[in-house]
Amino acid sequence: MAWSKFLIYLLVMAGVTYLIRMIPLAAIRGKVRSVFLQSFLYYVPYAVLGAMTFPAVFSATGSFPTALAGTIAALVLGWMEKSLLTVAAVSCVVAFLTGLVF
Amino acid sequence: MFADYKRGLKHGIPIALGYLSVSFAFGIQATSLGLSALQAVMISFFNVTSAGQLAGLQLMAAGAPLIEMALTQLTINLRYALMSLSLSQKLDKTMTLPHRLLVSFCNTDEVFVVASQQPGRVGKAYLYGLTNGPFLGWVGGTLLGALAGGVLPAAVTEALGLAIYGMFIAIILPPFRRSKEVRAVILIAVAMSCLFALVPLFSFISDGFRIIVCAVAASALGAWLMPQPVKDEEEEVLA
Repeated sequence: MAWSKFLIYLLVMAGVTYLIRMIPLAAIRGKVRSVFLQSFLYYVPYAVLGAMTFPAVFSATGSFPTALAGTIAALVLGWMEKSLLTVAAVSCVVAFLTGLVF
Repeated sequence: MFADYKRGLKHGIPIALGYLSVSFAFGIQATSLGLSALQAVMISFFNVTSAGQLAGLQLMAAGAPLIEMALTQLTINLRYALMSLSLSQKLDKTMTLPHRLLVSFCNTDEVFVVASQQPGRVGKAYLYGLTNGPFLGWVGGTLLGALAGGVLPAAVTEALGLAIYGMFIAIILPPFRRSKEVRAVILIAVAMSCLFALVPLFSFISDGFRIIVCAVAASALGAWLMPQPVKDEEEEVLA
């Protein structure tokens, strides 16, 4: 891709992403006192990751059977509290092996 | 101080290795859409975000208008504002403004969740340790993928698409198992997300926006019905 075009896209993309992350972290110095807000912020990471994973995970490999097999593997290993790397790697391997069959 | 850095570094290793496989897939995709290896690496270096980069890549390749690029990044990445807001509540006194400006650059989903789960407050040494590995993994994996992309068979690169979700699942399942409140919130978020994504009536909602709506609704419902008073750890930190 031509550099002039690429750099403008990159600037917009990285600029917006950074500002979203930076502004709340730099601006908010005090402690949130509201129990509702504290609880809300406590739940946010789990809700975000849940919504990001499902249903997107089922189309992550471009084939439903392989994605489903990999997801089941990840759920089983995650339930067993295996490390992030183990769960991620095994789910990829299971998806790949399933792809050899389907 | 150094012990905190080392502890962070150690916590970051599994994230870094997970990122290697995810960014590897990104590198492959970037070069297949006509970017050079250096351009792919620059995207990862300056953005450090999975879903936003993938969407941005597709917009670049399609020659989309800049405003669409800006709005897409805003909706997909707005969740980071929630995460930064949440993280701002956990920082100790070593996190002065310059450090906040630097650490926020690397406040990814995984980094945020791991930092959130630390007991008490977190400081700059721990956070630099925690972010260094994942940043290197993200940029390094992109380079490897961009260089190796043409060589690997499609079956392998497609299977690698699962890596990031495997990592997400590994992060949320242990708390899902232990806390019935967290379990309820995750199930609500997942059910809403599936509903919005799969029912044609809601197809006008973009992926990034769907994630925000579902996360905010599920977390707000949880906070309303199952409040979790967080005790103030100020004294422990000063002691």
